[in-house]
Amino acid sequence: MIHRLTLESIVKNFGNFRANDDVSLQVKTGSVHAILGENGAGKSTLMNIIYGLYQPDSGKIFSRGEEVSISSPRRALDLGIGMVHQHFKQVENMTVVENLILGLKGQWMMKLNHHRQAVKQMADDLGFSIEPEQQVWRLPVGMQQRVEILKLLYRNADLLILDEPTSVLTPNEIGPFFKLLRRLREMGSTIILITHKLNEVMDISDRATVMRSGRVVANVDTAQTTQRELATLMVGREVVFNVARRESKPGKPVLEVNDLTVLDDRRLEAVSGLSMTVREGEILGVAGVDGNGQAELAEAITGLRSAASGRINVSGMDVTGISVARRKRDLKIGFVPEDRHRVGLDLDATLSINSVLRSFKERPFSRRGWLDFQVIDKHAEELVSRYDVRMRGVHQKARDLSGGNQQKIVVGREIEGGPKLLVVSQATKGLDVGAIEFVQKTLLAQRDRGTAILYISTELEELLNICDRVAVIFKGRIAGEMNVSEATSERIGLLMTGGRT
Amino acid sequence: MFNFLFDAHQLSDFLGSGIGLSVPLIFAAVGGVICERAGVFNIALEGQMLLGALAAAVGANLSGSAEVGLISAVLTGALSGVLLSILGVSLRGNQIVIGLAITLFASGFTSFMSRVLFPEGANSLRLDGFRPFGLPLLENIPFFGKILFQQDALFYLMLILVAVTMFVIYRTQLGLSIRAIGENPGAADTAGVPVMLLRYSCVIAGSAIAAIGGAYIVLAQVFLFSDNITAGKGFIALGAIVLGRWNPLFATLACLLFGVFDALQLRMQATQPDIPAQLFAAMPYVISILAFVGLIGLVHPPAAGGKHYDREVR
Amino acid sequence: MTLDHFVRWMYALKGLWAVVAALIVGAFLVVLAGANPLEAYAALLRGGLFDYYGFANALVRLCPILLVSLAVIIPLRAGFFNIGGEGQVYVGALFGTVAALYLPQAIPAVIRLVLICLSGAVGGALWALIPAVLKVYRGTNEIITSLLLSYVGANVVGGIIHVYLMEPGAPYPYTREIPFDATLPIFLPRTEAHIGILIAVALALIFGTVMKRSTFGLSVETVGHNPVAAAYAGVSIRQTAISAFVIGGALAGLAGIFEVVGVKYRLFDHFSPGYGFQGAIVAFLAGLNPRTAIFAAMFLAVLQAGAGSMQRAVGVDTMMVGALQGLVVLFVAVGLAFRYRPRVITASAPQTPAVGIVPANSKVPE
Repeated sequence: MIHRLTLESIVKNFGNFRANDDVSLQVKTGSVHAILGENGAGKSTLMNIIYGLYQPDSGKIFSRGEEVSISSPRRALDLGIGMVHQHFKQVENMTVVENLILGLKGQWMMKLNHHRQAVKQMADDLGFSIEPEQQVWRLPVGMQQRVEILKLLYRNADLLILDEPTSVLTPNEIGPFFKLLRRLREMGSTIILITHKLNEVMDISDRATVMRSGRVVANVDTAQTTQRELATLMVGREVVFNVARRESKPGKPVLEVNDLTVLDDRRLEAVSGLSMTVREGEILGVAGVDGNGQAELAEAITGLRSAASGRINVSGMDVTGISVARRKRDLKIGFVPEDRHRVGLDLDATLSINSVLRSFKERPFSRRGWLDFQVIDKHAEELVSRYDVRMRGVHQKARDLSGGNQQKIVVGREIEGGPKLLVVSQATKGLDVGAIEFVQKTLLAQRDRGTAILYISTELEELLNICDRVAVIFKGRIAGEMNVSEATSERIGLLMTGGRT
Repeated sequence: MFNFLFDAHQLSDFLGSGIGLSVPLIFAAVGGVICERAGVFNIALEGQMLLGALAAAVGANLSGSAEVGLISAVLTGALSGVLLSILGVSLRGNQIVIGLAITLFASGFTSFMSRVLFPEGANSLRLDGFRPFGLPLLENIPFFGKILFQQDALFYLMLILVAVTMFVIYRTQLGLSIRAIGENPGAADTAGVPVMLLRYSCVIAGSAIAAIGGAYIVLAQVFLFSDNITAGKGFIALGAIVLGRWNPLFATLACLLFGVFDALQLRMQATQPDIPAQLFAAMPYVISILAFVGLIGLVHPPAAGGKHYDREVR
Repeated sequence: MTLDHFVRWMYALKGLWAVVAALIVGAFLVVLAGANPLEAYAALLRGGLFDYYGFANALVRLCPILLVSLAVIIPLRAGFFNIGGEGQVYVGALFGTVAALYLPQAIPAVIRLVLICLSGAVGGALWALIPAVLKVYRGTNEIITSLLLSYVGANVVGGIIHVYLMEPGAPYPYTREIPFDATLPIFLPRTEAHIGILIAVALALIFGTVMKRSTFGLSVETVGHNPVAAAYAGVSIRQTAISAFVIGGALAGLAGIFEVVGVKYRLFDHFSPGYGFQGAIVAFLAGLNPRTAIFAAMFLAVLQAGAGSMQRAVGVDTMMVGALQGLVVLFVAVGLAFRYRPRVITASAPQTPAVGIVPANSKVPE
């Protein structure tokens, strides 16, 4: 039979990093085909190649049995291939219908009236309704995702590539979303689903391709495999993901948040009336679907964002109104931010400078406004050796390091600051397994030294692994809190969606 | 001192001169809007006007025809647009630096070339330019007929240009694509819009249009060339773009406002020597700044303005 | 030496390449003007560098260009583009001139001179404060505001001279002559080379060190690289932006008052031949390095000082120098665009532009 899409020996390099290595796979017409792999396994690179955003260095692509060269998204769309990116590719301040007709070929005038009707009709056929004149940024995320899918269908795409589509959805949106996918399959579409979540693969896919470190390690029929087998394939070893740990001995409260309200960039309430306490020598995990106020909470505690109302006490002192610098220097609040590229590091500065990024104004790194480079370099040398950062030298730019090594610099620097409170946000995002273990062990060791740690993550397993208590955040509030011994994925999952236990 | 406002004849003279002064601004501003809507900063407008002015003078002088002058201005402007695109779009140089470089280059280059090409002095030229002619019927409209419809060909071209630009940007698929690449080139690219091609086209077209602004001064106003003849008009046009909220029609209205101020300034200089004309000369700039400051927050400039687009940057 | 090193090394010299390329293209322009390029360039150098008076003349021109280039460099290191040096020159000159004309003669001359120069610096700083504050608190694009404020500054200063300070009976607006004891001493006999030149060079050296070795310099650099990371590092972006602008404006203001008390001894309407833009040329030619700026500014100054000799010797119009300056800056821009970009794939963020600018109209975080 002729497959909808066939890849043969695709290779893609970025500099001297091989993102895809001899990747071959076949996607059956009218199937849901999952591409499974950890972060950095090369899934997104591969999909961007299929969609014409990246050009492969070698290898062949066949669409409906014919060899094709996909030079641009336009060419991909001509071949009926469409992609929904993890971060939607929408012009946010344009309307739904404008986004849908953007780039349509063979038309000179914008026939808005005609398209408005057609869009409504198409959404009806798929079983949901849509307002074509609404500006995209005003829509909830789930609806934006549907707009993205509509956009592809509107261009007659019959092969839909969906990159981690459920990562932006709440658990109770996932059911209807899968229903939509099944409806699309019935209507004849072929779907490639990129994911790192095993249960989704089992739930919805017909076949799965497992990728690891840029290579395909297996092609399996979903009906003939198990979650455990997939997990082993994906990670490359038996998954025993338990960091050795001792029970915590919590002491005095360090962080006390009381009725805190924080606004996001659009001046909407992201955190509303939230209260929590973290004690010495314990890790409080904050679970929740991305975008429920976690980022704003972390920023408010560390001083990067001001609180609209409420109190934040650290070591008994009200910190609202105290600058980032003083919270770091005087109150010993450490912060491992979610986005190390944009926030945690100055990528264009040397490792040396990055090792003192948050303390270069303090002694001994500077005196009376003048930097002491000898002391700084020595400090950096110690940091990189203690935290096992692989690099050529401390005068190398942070940009030239791998993600894992960058994160080690950030974590190491924050810990070397001797924090009383450490706020850690999505610390393991995009890291390989080895780096994840290293970061988690380091944090646990720091806990045992008495630091209070607030650990924000969207990965349940990870939270259950290293936290002592887990608080679930939903719409800017704590929906529930429990000891890790009482916590189960089901219970947390329910709270994450606003349900009650 | 403002009595002339109440005399129909003097007022129409005054408004006529204000409109005349605003025409070069309008060409530059519309050209700039086209570039910025596509996400490319063009602060080379001033330089492109200057290059256009010199090219117009050279072309018209050598051929004896104003049309040839216009065409050489358009080509020169387009060429500067190619340069801006290659450096600022493909090679991802800083568009501000490149725009400034083009302006600084144009300033030195045109002054020098005018001396080489016109050894007797470019400011003693008597070029054959575009002369006013009335449009039948329309020119008889009381008051406005004289101001708007007894003008030269370039003026009418300007009116058409503004209308066409408005239509294309807000009513056509092409315009939707242009607006999209100025807002979110990544989104436009995945939707199948050829981002690079469109950015190049917009920058080249916009630059050529800006150059017509310079040509207008030479071919329809002064009929000669002198050093830095554009005198910062390209920078005022930048202000007009902001004041006009990146909308070609509003930018045109902003240019008209600035033109009227310029006319007022010139009139004051002639009739009220006690009042320092410099203060009036500063007015368009002050208004631009105030508008700029006041509008931010209310308007939203093209989000990807000045930002480079590279598919493969992860 | 590997190819990689070689390319890096060539890239580090990009300012020099820009000059060479400009001189080559400039040679064609000279031929176009009907002269021998080598003779023309020789005459330029003779007149601007290898002649006592010519050299002194070049130094005099160096002073404002260098100071204004520092006024561009320091804020731009923090990612803020102060293209309005011109206006700051005028306002600085006005403040200083008012001090020179109205400070009581009873104050000792040296102290008066210091006060005059400080007033000039304050004037420039205040004018630079406008775009800085607008940028920081309103998110207004500082490139456009500082540029437009140049025109406002030049015209308003002209207007003030016209109304309040004009020498009675003068054919066009200029002020009275300032008292001789309030002028800068000359350090090269029989020339106009005043000690302001030495101060300018010293300031360039000092700021070279400050940018490299001080916590202020590092704060500026971090803000320039990544404002979000700077905020995280506890650096106040607002404070850094405003200080960088104010220092820059003060230096441009100093350039203005030095022109008055060092060279012209009067404040003339529209006296600047475009120092604002020339400073920007130097800033880029020098790759935003304050020390390199001394040489880059000297290059421009020599061109300008030698232009007259070139015209007399080979009959090429002095405007040739303007074209040459334009070509230099164009090639510098080309060099920046062609910057060496090894494609290593590590980070999600695209490379920051060689001269980082904060996206236009983005509000500065606190």
